[in-house]
Amino acid sequence: MNPAGANGATPPHSPTSSVEPVVVFDDVSIGFDQKPVLENISFQVHAGEMRILLGPAGVGKSVLLKMTNGLLRPDSGRIFVFGEEISAMHEQDLFELRGSIGTVFQEGALFDSLTVRDNVGYRLIEEHLPDDQITARVTEALRFVELEQTLYKFPSELSGGMRRRVAIARAIVTNPKLILYDSPTGGLDPITSTTIIELVMKQRDVSHTSSLVVTHRLQDAFILATHRFNRTTNQMETLPPHQTDPNTSFLMLNRGRLAFDGTTAELIHSEDPFIREYIS
Amino acid sequence: MALETIDAAAKRGVLAVQEYVVLSARAVSDIFRRPLYRDDIYMQADIIGVGSLPIVILTGFFLGGVLALQSASTLQQFGAAAFTGQLVSFSMIKEIGPVVTALMVSGRNASGMASELGSMMVTEQIDAMRALGTDPLKKLVMPRIVATVVMLFFLVILSDAVGITGGGFVSVFLLGQDGSQYFHTCYQSLEYPDILQGLVKPIFFGFIIATIGCFYGMKTRGGTQGVGRSTTQAVVWSSILIIVCDFMISRFMIGIFGR
Repeated sequence: MNPAGANGATPPHSPTSSVEPVVVFDDVSIGFDQKPVLENISFQVHAGEMRILLGPAGVGKSVLLKMTNGLLRPDSGRIFVFGEEISAMHEQDLFELRGSIGTVFQEGALFDSLTVRDNVGYRLIEEHLPDDQITARVTEALRFVELEQTLYKFPSELSGGMRRRVAIARAIVTNPKLILYDSPTGGLDPITSTTIIELVMKQRDVSHTSSLVVTHRLQDAFILATHRFNRTTNQMETLPPHQTDPNTSFLMLNRGRLAFDGTTAELIHSEDPFIREYIS
Repeated sequence: MALETIDAAAKRGVLAVQEYVVLSARAVSDIFRRPLYRDDIYMQADIIGVGSLPIVILTGFFLGGVLALQSASTLQQFGAAAFTGQLVSFSMIKEIGPVVTALMVSGRNASGMASELGSMMVTEQIDAMRALGTDPLKKLVMPRIVATVVMLFFLVILSDAVGITGGGFVSVFLLGQDGSQYFHTCYQSLEYPDILQGLVKPIFFGFIIATIGCFYGMKTRGGTQGVGRSTTQAVVWSSILIIVCDFMISRFMIGIFGR
């Protein structure tokens, strides 16, 4: 296990890493109303890697995710995304960078006055692509989440699970290099949750997109670590016994600090009392 | 303890003013940056301008009418009932038209902006917009400012015209005055500074309505209760600022033109 905290991070341009990490948190701290929320957070996300961020409710998981795409700025420390220091970037420049990042918000955050087509194709509309091209790409993204029949429906006409799937389609429509999932299964029933997790896994195994997944549902996290997506059967399947997905690893927050940064096996065999209690 | 409370309240107030100024300045500077979001400006102009037509016409007409009624009864005591038209046009063009129209538009649209943007804030739609690479100030705030300033300008002109017509209606049909004399006195004593005063005010009032509405919308926190609070504050503060701004513009214009 890699002990987390201030000494858990590799410097942004370490000579030991041949490929530049997609995301680097370097000793990042943030607080609200003079109360620290996250302190000395350091970790990396490499290309094609899925990092699952675990932790109790209210520990700052969503805050960390919002800092990753620059929606919140850290009080101290540095955040690098695609090699650019976003913590020091001007808001106007961040809008451009966010074009390469897909974000799935906790409740979907779909624009309720726009149809599913306009929601999913929002970024394409902003780029003034021809209408037929937008419809084709939106349909393709919706087919990925198996909702192509909802093209002209409004979000209010969809169920909670469907809205979450539309949010995933919106995040992937521009083929981003990094996807941030903020509790994609929060508040959903177990069957719908599994459908969403399957989509997250499909994106990982089919498109090999780097991702940061925030969740407090341990079962979702372990499904992602112990299953893979089979493109032939178009379904997820369990990995052979004692095998876990090599591209999936874990981060765990506790009391504003990074309590764990390591692989699935390291998490399961951790001797840390908090981690043992959390995963038991 | 009391000092701490005053200190915290003062800091909150200063911070709110600073945030308001930054939001307004950024939204105004967005007018000169691409993309311009023309469609959003037209859509807001339709909602704010065309949508406010019925209330502006109705209030303008009856305000003109009541002005004629009240001023005629007073002027009659001095044998000056013939000047009813002059009083109505002066009041409508310089004060009542711009202020009442702005208050009406504020009640309808500052609240609408605060609740719409507030709902978007609490459901993370504004964050989603930023995450999708769109500047919410440029997409949501700037079009509302441009649309409100432009449309309020024309709504005030319409309100003035309808108000003078309403005054004429009352003067002729209820007070038995001569119609041509009423309309003659309406424009006879008007001078360019009076018209200018009436046309400068809606520009400032429109800016206040849109920026206050958007400001409270964009700083909404705390779910549906927060949306309600923002809506109320937007109407209250935009109304107060309209009256304060009216006084300052009037004082300034009278200082310059002497009337």
